[in-house]
Amino acid sequence: METIRIDVPVMAVISARGEKPDYLYWVGCAGAFDDRYKKVVRAFVKILTYLKTSYAVLGKEESCTGDPARRAGNEMLFQMMALQNIELFNKYNVTRILTTCPHCYNIIKNEYPDLGGSYEVINYTEFLAEKITDGSLKIGNPLPTKQQARVTFHDPCYLGRANGQYDDPRAVLGALPCELVEMHRNKSFALCCGAGGAQMFKEAEPGNKEVFIERTEDALKTEATIIATACPFCMTMLTDGLKYKNKEEEIKNYDIAELVVQALQI
Amino acid sequence: MTKQLAFIVVFLVTVGIFIYTVSRLVSYFRLTQAAFPVKDIAQRIKVTFTVAFGQTKIFRRPVIGLMHAFVFWGFCMISFGTIEIVLDGLLGLDKSLQGLGWLYVVISGSGDIFSWIIGVFITAFLIRRLFLHIRRFEGIGMKHISHLDANIALVLIGLLMVTLVGMNAASAELQRLSPGRAAGYYPFSSCLSGLFSGAGDQQINNWYEVFWWLHILIIFLFINVLPYSKHFHVFMSIPNVFLSRLDPPGKLPNMEQVTREVKLMLNPDTAFASSSSEPIIARFGVKDIEDVSWKNYLDSLACTECGRCTSVCPANITGKKLSPRKIIMDVRARMKEKGPGMVKQGKEFSDNRSLLRDYITEEELWACTTCNACAQECPININHPTLIVDMRRYLVMEEASAPGLLKVTFNNIENNGAPWQYSPEDRLNWARDLEMNVN
Repeated sequence: METIRIDVPVMAVISARGEKPDYLYWVGCAGAFDDRYKKVVRAFVKILTYLKTSYAVLGKEESCTGDPARRAGNEMLFQMMALQNIELFNKYNVTRILTTCPHCYNIIKNEYPDLGGSYEVINYTEFLAEKITDGSLKIGNPLPTKQQARVTFHDPCYLGRANGQYDDPRAVLGALPCELVEMHRNKSFALCCGAGGAQMFKEAEPGNKEVFIERTEDALKTEATIIATACPFCMTMLTDGLKYKNKEEEIKNYDIAELVVQALQI
Repeated sequence: MTKQLAFIVVFLVTVGIFIYTVSRLVSYFRLTQAAFPVKDIAQRIKVTFTVAFGQTKIFRRPVIGLMHAFVFWGFCMISFGTIEIVLDGLLGLDKSLQGLGWLYVVISGSGDIFSWIIGVFITAFLIRRLFLHIRRFEGIGMKHISHLDANIALVLIGLLMVTLVGMNAASAELQRLSPGRAAGYYPFSSCLSGLFSGAGDQQINNWYEVFWWLHILIIFLFINVLPYSKHFHVFMSIPNVFLSRLDPPGKLPNMEQVTREVKLMLNPDTAFASSSSEPIIARFGVKDIEDVSWKNYLDSLACTECGRCTSVCPANITGKKLSPRKIIMDVRARMKEKGPGMVKQGKEFSDNRSLLRDYITEEELWACTTCNACAQECPININHPTLIVDMRRYLVMEEASAPGLLKVTFNNIENNGAPWQYSPEDRLNWARDLEMNVN
């Protein structure tokens, strides 16, 4: 087994060479700055490289989609961010956008068209499920753990209820050598992790419990050894929940992209 | 003849009161703002058939959902019988739809079966409300009057079914005594016809008249009580489903007036190009009842306070003040309070109160995660999150009021293009020293 270095292609450089990648991969602020979630983005880029996908990232030119601002009521700030991003997309003639963050996915796919930015937006779970179906992504290797892993999937609100994507993440997990168990609240019944609607960036309002603890308890009841997530905010929340419950040694929280990388051993 | 005249008078009074109520509601709707254009009629019809007539969303709670579905479908079938009663009364006829042949057998037969099913289920609902502790019927916003309202509606429906069964039993007994009289098919109520045993034709007929009058008078009462009750749901839920927001649930509506301002800011050259003919918007977002859309108000009239939204709300589950049901109930209550003054004195009317703060607190609004569980759960497609965000829009854009940490987040987004305080220069640091195995 040998290792290769990955140089992540940047749009400005590719474009200056007169080339146009098939996809723009929108990394998102969590992918750029959250230490835990950076690992997820790195994992997804490994998969893109493994699949020989033609893609590029915006790098230093990328900025916030405006999602937390809009959901917190700051429509002015949201539209400023959105219009600048749309201008950037148009500068590079972007037609297809890959996302890992469901909040970025939802806002670019559903809300940018109102401001004149219409693109084909594909979430990575959708992308991976398609690659598995068409045979280009074959996951035959066992997970590095000895026993078969017991995985439960937490539906992100902005992938599930907001966009009806319940099957693709499960299709990807189903292709992995693991046992998939559902929480009692799943798919359209899934409980939020507590971070959406800009809650991620503020203190929770007074109550008798944190939402992420309520959701972590759902996951613990399944006796899963791995909690699979598909959203940076859900990951922060559920990882915190495992710490709060002193379970972070026995139970791990991985993103779907990381589980695919583990299975591919890349 | 006397019966016909009496009926016509009662009927006209009922219709008159109802028209008065509706005209008041229409004047309240005139105070509201635009929502979305009502197009895609084919899709709307489809949604109406699946969600309203198919009752698909109520089945998310299968047992109680099935009971509700039977009550709903029963109401649909029994309403044909109600049309007949009104026709009979107005025209001075008896069982005026009997000429429909086999269809009449279906209408009368299913109406009879459903009157029993509804009677049993409504009794179960009433027992459940009175004696079982159902969590979603409690909580913030649920006052004594809310429970009384629900119980009155259930009792009225129960009485409607009892009188209908009485009518049908009398008809069945008349049929037995002299075949050919009293048309229709009453498979369930005929088992009660024995109650009339020994009574003569005339006596049974009198009983029939008593039940007939009681039944239609309760219907007329019901019709005019409903618009003042949470049970207005009976009339408003089908239109509300037809007028559902059809956008993906995660999509928030765009504020056009903000787009104009932002474009001006980003590109001042367009300042003179933009037309000044657009109406000036009095206020960003929702502060009071005149700022809500017609759809928000329709939602509030259609809501039957079932609490499915609140029971799945992550904020509510974890003890926070937010209850999506209360937000919708507050819209209706505030319109009831301020609407009459505004209808009389115009939109400038003020009672020094507002929907925001006097009804809905900032704490409630800031507890929402916009997870859409409430909207997903609502059996009649009420949309709570868009209204909550509209109220946040007012707070942030008109009052610059937001939790401190959100203000920091706004600053970060504006200055560094990220919700956290990191430099855009570091955006690609994640990609450093990235290696992968090749097999």
